[in-house]
Amino acid sequence: MPTRAHEPRPRGHDDLRDRITHRNDFKAKERARLPKVEWAEQPAAIRIHNIREVPYAYTPDQARAEAIRCLQCKTEPCANACPVGVDVPVFLHLVAEGDFKGAIREIRKTNILPAITGRVCPQETQCQQNCAVAKVHKDLGFAVSVGKIEAFLADWEREQLGIELPAIAADTGKRIAVVGAGPSGLTCGADLRRLGHAVTIFEAFQKAGGVLVYGIPEFRLPKAIVEAEVDVLRRMGVTFEFDTVIGQTVTVDELFEEGFDAVYIATGAGLPYFMEIPGEQLNGVYSANEYLTRANLMGAYRFPETDTPVLRRDRIAVLGGGNVAMDSARTARRLGAKHVHVIYRRSHAEMPARHEEVKHAMEEGIQFHYLRAPTEILATQDGWARGVRVQVCELGEADARGRRKPIPVAGAFEEIAVEVVVEAIGNGPNPLIPKTTPGLEVTRHGTLVVDPKTMMTARRGVFAGGDIVAGASTVILAMGHGRQAAQAIHEYLQAA
Amino acid sequence: MYRIVRREEIAPSVTLFEVEAPRIAKRHRAGQFVMIRPLESSERIPLTVADTNPLRGTVTLVVQAIGKTTIELCDNLGVGDSLATIAGPLGNPTHLGLPGKPDDVLGTVVCVAGGIGAAPLLPIVRGLRARGHRVITILGARSANMLVLEAPLQASSSELLVCTDDGTRGHHGFVTRLLADLLSKTWADERPIDLVFAIGPPRMMQACSEATRPFEVPTMVSLNTVMVDGTGMCGGCRVTIGKETKYVCVDGPEFDGHQVQFDEMIRRQGMYVREESRSLELYREHIETGCRAVPQAAE
Repeated sequence: MPTRAHEPRPRGHDDLRDRITHRNDFKAKERARLPKVEWAEQPAAIRIHNIREVPYAYTPDQARAEAIRCLQCKTEPCANACPVGVDVPVFLHLVAEGDFKGAIREIRKTNILPAITGRVCPQETQCQQNCAVAKVHKDLGFAVSVGKIEAFLADWEREQLGIELPAIAADTGKRIAVVGAGPSGLTCGADLRRLGHAVTIFEAFQKAGGVLVYGIPEFRLPKAIVEAEVDVLRRMGVTFEFDTVIGQTVTVDELFEEGFDAVYIATGAGLPYFMEIPGEQLNGVYSANEYLTRANLMGAYRFPETDTPVLRRDRIAVLGGGNVAMDSARTARRLGAKHVHVIYRRSHAEMPARHEEVKHAMEEGIQFHYLRAPTEILATQDGWARGVRVQVCELGEADARGRRKPIPVAGAFEEIAVEVVVEAIGNGPNPLIPKTTPGLEVTRHGTLVVDPKTMMTARRGVFAGGDIVAGASTVILAMGHGRQAAQAIHEYLQAA
Repeated sequence: MYRIVRREEIAPSVTLFEVEAPRIAKRHRAGQFVMIRPLESSERIPLTVADTNPLRGTVTLVVQAIGKTTIELCDNLGVGDSLATIAGPLGNPTHLGLPGKPDDVLGTVVCVAGGIGAAPLLPIVRGLRARGHRVITILGARSANMLVLEAPLQASSSELLVCTDDGTRGHHGFVTRLLADLLSKTWADERPIDLVFAIGPPRMMQACSEATRPFEVPTMVSLNTVMVDGTGMCGGCRVTIGKETKYVCVDGPEFDGHQVQFDEMIRRQGMYVREESRSLELYREHIETGCRAVPQAAE
């Protein structure tokens, strides 16, 4: 008997088996009404005392049962919304059939970092946003859990079989330098290697991953997973040179002199913005970049076992409402802060952070102060932060992007007492490469100008992508640029 | 990797390391620094470069063992061992001309070194001399045995003046005293000092900047603040120069000493005093209890 949504039945193992057995018997209407397969998560009271991942993985049966909900739309609205064009209905069908190996192969055709994108992609604004199942329910929450299934597949492959290396074309004799081992550089490097080119990835830090290792916390993206995916590139024959700051250690021009045939710049948006309010020079004030890099890359959550400290205090304020603000606030909680205040100048509805991150943060006891614009960081006598003074705001007219602007309420101020302040109001492109590389065209925001088709900069043979082009954006968009650039570099080298 | 090819104790708790880092050796210019991580578990710390040998592909670092990271480096790493990280050269090269004048205008430059400030100062002295400037170097330390790099500074300066706080060698007193003497003397003789470089402990650089301020002699100082990456990503090294916020790593490390807000910088340097002493305490306990003081790699 097929499971019918209008017949409420307890969700459990048997139920899922039932669904799997009868997967080909559902009519489209019935299929669309199948309950979503929920996943378990570490309870908030427990997870704030550890740094382990919050959601638990799907079991194989859960993944299959969830994939069965896919209506296999011929128009593939999900795949069309994917920056790297993963063929979502195809891999979901393979999962539904239990062919996990086939499914992960399908994903890897276009996405080399599925364990990562499955976890950090904003699926709700991409593939899942256009999901027909969600449209039936008129609720985005009912979209097929594409990201969750993707992460399951990648984990399953890594744990059960070991990650399969893609086929690599015969050596072309061409050499490409990739600058930056973040998501864009890794994707571009892998694609170029697959096409038979020799690839060297230069990285300023001691470890590959870029924002995946310095920015995104362990509890959202375990670093062992990043390492495993980076290791695939190593096994494919991609060379890594760490501790190498292109622009300082070696210039782009010198890379060409050293015999590289093309250069891909993917140095990201690593320059932190500050609010430029009084008190930012006080002790206890951080950029989110510094706070997270200390905690993640440098392992400060294990201090003094590791050597890099980060201030652990009872009360901390995070300024901003994006994903980086959520990451900072939740990191602070795990570093032992009792009161974590997120201060945001608009309301809950305008927050740019992913819904899931905000939900997790709320469960973890983080306090949100909406419609509060920080105006000053207050000082103790000896120069430490003791609080944040905020201007109370109300929502005004929508701006050009449709977000309602915060308007100060005359004379209404509040003070929030904290010892540490983390500013998470955004990052700009890193200026090192534009500053040291003649001939590049730079926008007034400091991003590099590229041909949108080929990702080539104003300089022949120099390509760029990811946040250095897009400004602070997403991991998957950076990966999309990497793919596009790899194809363009390949064509450029064929023509050369 | 970054192998240590020479190691020498040049003063009590001051060690010189010559390290293989061919790309940095080729590229480094006076004034630039490197970020190092001695061990996999270590903090990233900025260090100045005393010398480079592009042919051997080495850079020379002078390390004063004062915190956990530097003490652990000096205690544990010798010839044949490797540093986990050395990245650079970072920051901007020193401008070796006179401020506001064309590069070919030559003049008199006073270079003041306090303690191991002599290390970053040496390439600057050499650079200035190579340009043809007259360079008077003042080298100071607490005591005679703490004077470092005296011989190479002597060899590369037009004139070298030495002083110690306790009078055990050279003039008895602080470097600022010698600097003030030079400033007043040349003032009277109308042989102006065109430029001063002062590198050493923050209070010494502050005092030198105050000494030159009434004479309106441009004074450059090299700042060494807390930083994580050294490439403009963390903002931890931010300082106030005049009224502007600057990053030591990408805007510096050299700044106009008359504009640096030293008190604020020194206060910010103390942000981790509690954590640093805890870290050091644990390290010393490890040594006393006989455990090898090399923790597992950080993940």
